[in-house]
Amino acid sequence: MTSEMWSTLFVFVLASFIGLGVIRRVSRLLHTPLMSLTNAISAIAVVGAIIVTGSDAPVWIRVLGAVALFASTTNIVSGFLITDRMLKMFKTVEKPPANRDDKRDVTGGQA
Amino acid sequence: MFGVTQLAYIVASALFIFALHWMNTPPTARRGVWAGVAATTIAVVFTWAQPGISHHVWIVLAIAAGFLVGVPLSRVPLTAVPQRTALSHAFGGAAAGLVGAAEFYLGRMEGPEHLSTFRMIALLAEVLLGFLTLTGSLMAAGKLQELKWVPQRPVTYPFQNVVNLSLFVVALGLAVALVLHPGATWGPLVFSAIIVLSLMFGVLLIIPIGGADMPTVIAILNAYAGLSAVAMGFVLDNKLLITAGALDGSSGLILAIIMCKAMNRSFANVLFGAFGQVQQVKAGTEEKVYKSETPEGAAQALEQANFVVIIPGYGMAVAQAQHKVRELYDQLIKRGIKVKFAIHPVAGRMPGHMNVLLAEADIPYTDLVEMDEINPDMPQVDVALVVGANDVVNPAARTDKTSPIYGMPIIDADKARSVFAIKRSKNPGFAGIDNALYFADATWMLFGDAKAVIGELVKNLAGGSGMH
Repeated sequence: MTSEMWSTLFVFVLASFIGLGVIRRVSRLLHTPLMSLTNAISAIAVVGAIIVTGSDAPVWIRVLGAVALFASTTNIVSGFLITDRMLKMFKTVEKPPANRDDKRDVTGGQA
Repeated sequence: MFGVTQLAYIVASALFIFALHWMNTPPTARRGVWAGVAATTIAVVFTWAQPGISHHVWIVLAIAAGFLVGVPLSRVPLTAVPQRTALSHAFGGAAAGLVGAAEFYLGRMEGPEHLSTFRMIALLAEVLLGFLTLTGSLMAAGKLQELKWVPQRPVTYPFQNVVNLSLFVVALGLAVALVLHPGATWGPLVFSAIIVLSLMFGVLLIIPIGGADMPTVIAILNAYAGLSAVAMGFVLDNKLLITAGALDGSSGLILAIIMCKAMNRSFANVLFGAFGQVQQVKAGTEEKVYKSETPEGAAQALEQANFVVIIPGYGMAVAQAQHKVRELYDQLIKRGIKVKFAIHPVAGRMPGHMNVLLAEADIPYTDLVEMDEINPDMPQVDVALVVGANDVVNPAARTDKTSPIYGMPIIDADKARSVFAIKRSKNPGFAGIDNALYFADATWMLFGDAKAVIGELVKNLAGGSGMH
């Protein structure tokens, strides 16, 4: 193994730990949007698809790349759009502050 | 140029980490989407601008096609989000598999020395995970969409795990041969065989899995899709791919662990256990009786309560009842009654499913409470209203050692002073298990479509009070 390979493995291990740390703190309320967001993020495979599609390889290989590029772009577009659409729906009480104080009392008494 | 691209990739990696970081609370979450969009845009632009990328028309057309399909896919009703998610895992898997295949043939053309052992292992992992995720996710999406030709109940046959394992050993053997001799004349043949086997694995892994396990399976497929991107990163020596894929992989892993814990089951048990198959034995031992209640009676009980907990389940999603639930919530809040929603981690068909549906109905997320937080309060609850939830409130999980769900943490609905359970029919739930809660002394059943029954409740409550 070359040192380049070792460094990619290094990146993988460290990124996994960052991922575990960050994801563990994600609000449980948001697990569905989290999934669609990570869908869009992992569609970063688009990079590989562009490299293959844009290369000077024979046509049939570039076709494979183009299909992959189409699939990744679909995931990017639909993933980010639907995540944002869902997140827009998460609101606290939309009524004026008076009502909100009421609520806090109720929950405060409970806890 | 190389340096510029790498710098762009570093910025994109950092933005991806911020994107996930901002998901930790709802107020900052939308910022996370923008960080993700920015990161992806940067990555695409700088990759595209690299020298050596030509055929721009192809790229433009493929991206345009992606937009054409992606935009409608983002507009599906929220009840269909589990299917959409499974479908996009399939797309992710397909992309990884196809790029992997392309890289294999490119590598062979450039000469076998380009296919080092390390790259070949990564490439085969990419292809295996990619194509397995493709068919597995398509099966999962079919099950969730309840397509007719996809079996809903788990499919099992004798020696299922032995068959799967032997196929896996065959695939592994082929892979080892290919890693050792990537340039051999039989290379493409063996490579195709590995692709076919991967596609088969995806199907074989999903058919024995029942609907109640879908949240876990979707999370696992999520992790596979991430790992296939990581493998692509190893093949292309691209650290941005590795980082983003690792983030996705760990997200899928954590969600799968949470789901498994919430069902008190192990990964192995979910994947190889064929849940919901063996429950016919105990049927007919004794004739149990439900007590039914009318919506009028239930509305009265709700009106007199101080503290109401609503426990939603997949039945609420099926009936599209979330907006009616919101009306009920409004009626109760107006009377000064405290209302909370108790959310079980596996309620619905994917992690967090109930939260999204209730948020869509404009219910403040501050009133959506997790199982562990609500359970200590359950004895103080006057009315627990179960809306299309079943296994997640089944007390057999605490008491009946023979029950397949024994040990699974549940919402303690049975500890509330009274329980009203809305249920479409008298059939057992998705897991095929009888629910002791329905026969308890303090439980009354409201049979009917969740949306219709809650509509009746709202009508009764609205009629009873002299508006304002």
